[in-house]
Amino acid sequence: MRVALFVTCVNDTLFPDTGRAVVRLLRRLGVEADFPRAQTCCGQMHANTGYRDEAVRLARRSVAALRGYDAVVVPSGSCAAMIREQYPKLAGSSGPFADAAAQVVPKTYELTEFLVDVLGVTDVGAYFPHRVTYHPTCHSLRGIHLGDRPLTLLRQVKGLELAPLPGVEECCGFGGTFALKNADVSAAMCADKVRAVLDTGAEVLCAADNSCLMHIGGMLGRQKSGVRVMHLAEILCATETAGVR
Amino acid sequence: MSVTFLGMPATRPFPRNAAGALRDSQLRFNLRKATRTIRAKRASVVAEAPDWAELREAGRAIKEHTLRNLDRYLVRLEEAVTAAGGHVHWAADAAEANRIVTELVKATGETEVVKVKSMATQEIGLNEALLEHGITAYETDLAELIVQLGDDRPSHILVPAIHRNRAEIREIFAEHMSGWGRPAPENLTDDPAALADAARLHLRERFLKTKVAISGANFAIAETGTLVVLESEGNGRMCLTLPRTLISVVGIEKVLPTWRDLEVFLQLLPRSSTGERMNPYTSMWTGAAEGQEFHLVLLDNGRTGVLADEVGRQALRCIRCSACLNVCPVYERVGGHAYGSVYPGPIGAILTPQLRGMGSELDRSLPYASSLCGACYEVCPVAIDIPSVLVHLRTRARHPWPERAGMAAAGWVFERSGRLARLQRAGGRLRRLTPRGLHRLIPRRLPGPLGGWTDTRDLPEVPEESFRAWWDRTDGGRR
Ligand code: SF4
Repeated sequence: MRVALFVTCVNDTLFPDTGRAVVRLLRRLGVEADFPRAQTCCGQMHANTGYRDEAVRLARRSVAALRGYDAVVVPSGSCAAMIREQYPKLAGSSGPFADAAAQVVPKTYELTEFLVDVLGVTDVGAYFPHRVTYHPTCHSLRGIHLGDRPLTLLRQVKGLELAPLPGVEECCGFGGTFALKNADVSAAMCADKVRAVLDTGAEVLCAADNSCLMHIGGMLGRQKSGVRVMHLAEILCATETAGVR
Repeated sequence: MSVTFLGMPATRPFPRNAAGALRDSQLRFNLRKATRTIRAKRASVVAEAPDWAELREAGRAIKEHTLRNLDRYLVRLEEAVTAAGGHVHWAADAAEANRIVTELVKATGETEVVKVKSMATQEIGLNEALLEHGITAYETDLAELIVQLGDDRPSHILVPAIHRNRAEIREIFAEHMSGWGRPAPENLTDDPAALADAARLHLRERFLKTKVAISGANFAIAETGTLVVLESEGNGRMCLTLPRTLISVVGIEKVLPTWRDLEVFLQLLPRSSTGERMNPYTSMWTGAAEGQEFHLVLLDNGRTGVLADEVGRQALRCIRCSACLNVCPVYERVGGHAYGSVYPGPIGAILTPQLRGMGSELDRSLPYASSLCGACYEVCPVAIDIPSVLVHLRTRARHPWPERAGMAAAGWVFERSGRLARLQRAGGRLRRLTPRGLHRLIPRRLPGPLGGWTDTRDLPEVPEESFRAWWDRTDGGRR
């Protein structure tokens, strides 16, 4: 099986640990992922802010970079949702872009989908002796319907104590450029999410999306709360012998 | 082109309205409590309906079919209403609808009308238009009464006074009821039963005295000419039956083809709006009852324009249940007034700019009043994909230049992976040059629009090495 890692521009640029964790985790499970060098950004920010033309350009070059693989793994619920939900609309029904999109879109998996549905594993052999709470980001939850895949994986992690997050389905207020264009509302939503996270008594907040974590983590950090945010992949990658980093 | 009027003047952009609302802790508390209560009720009665997904799909399909054939069904409705002794009027916009209603009331010689809660008449600002001609409109829905007595504006489709708690309502009743009719009893408390009692006494007098009633309608059946109003208090039934003249102002998208279609919507609507299995007061009437005069005013007010937009037209499926408001994290925190329209919340964020256009700063800002979390789409009983329509409207909005410049720059960088790699290396170098003490030189609070982030949140640290640089250096961790 030829597998491509679409690491996403946010992870590539700001959170390389997540990308490394995905590579190592997949290797441990016997999958050598390829990193197609031409990839950059899926175009979600442009699309959702109303810059359709730029989004089409970025979507076109993304599918060109990712075509030809048996599976494309994306460690981000919202970028996976962008590819699966918006690419078919942006690509239209005919032409080379539509053809390439028709090939790539059905083979695109968010990381936990790839692990559970394609590889068929729920115990990835991870060890992470911490109290953890999980935030199902909106695009993971309502966009691509990850369901309980992330929790199923987390429950198998040795030493991990899973704390349920109150108000779990509520948006954290990130929303891409919403966090800037409606900064006050975004902060008010984040404040409630932060309160819920602190209520769990967890040391670590994890999610399948670093962009939401950057937002919640930014406020947790500003408050000196001591709660760490981590991408799910980094927890799943950790073992007794190899630490988190 | 004249600007479509939606009951409120378009004023400041949404983020500025929101900032004010967010500081009001009483408002935040009232909204949080109320929306969470209705949300939980809705969730439980929807969960217990085994065929909810099928009902929702049927609701979507019936509305879609009707909108595709709207011209045909509207004419059929007109024929059926006329055959049953009613009079049908067509209004292209708010001004025309107001003029028609005013003339009709004037012809009765009356100067007072009672009103059933109606979004369409809020939308056209009918009360204000009537007042200009010396006609006073009395709201009879409890929440509308609270809004009217408090000289306030509605902030929710279903519960216009959702932003008020009972202490505030007691004050409004005690102070203002006397100016509108029977005063509130002495020593009125904020006990809900006492408040309802005061409203009942106040309103009863009004029902018995008034000879003209004005309503909207939830549905209008083309096949039979029947109009349908759903309400919870019985005030609507009073208005619909007691007065001699009944005038109903109904948006053209409210038509349903057949009587049978009600089977679907009378299940979808109560469960989605009030969280009840069945609606308490469902009134239906066909044409004019004996001794009664009935007028139906069919209102366009921008709707045919929306119908022409392939992506956006789904907004006309809306049955005004308000489920999307109750579940919206933005609405829950800022309330309805920030949306500057009688249609607040997620549906308002699309419908207002659709009907009114995006000429004003406020209307341009509305499609951005959402984090695109998708909760509204999930609960909508007619499956309006609000997030997709929001994005669709965003592509039509005029964007501010600093944003355009930023987006163009980002697009340029992402156009070539080499450009992204160079930018990442520059970021990494900056990081290496400013370890520890020097690192603090990077401002913790950024200027301009980016300051919106750093006012409340730390920035992530830029890593010394990007993922792609690591991949190249280590051959994907194999070296
Ligand atoms: S958009 Fe849907 S959920 Fe919102 S009020 Fe209309 S019908 Fe109800």
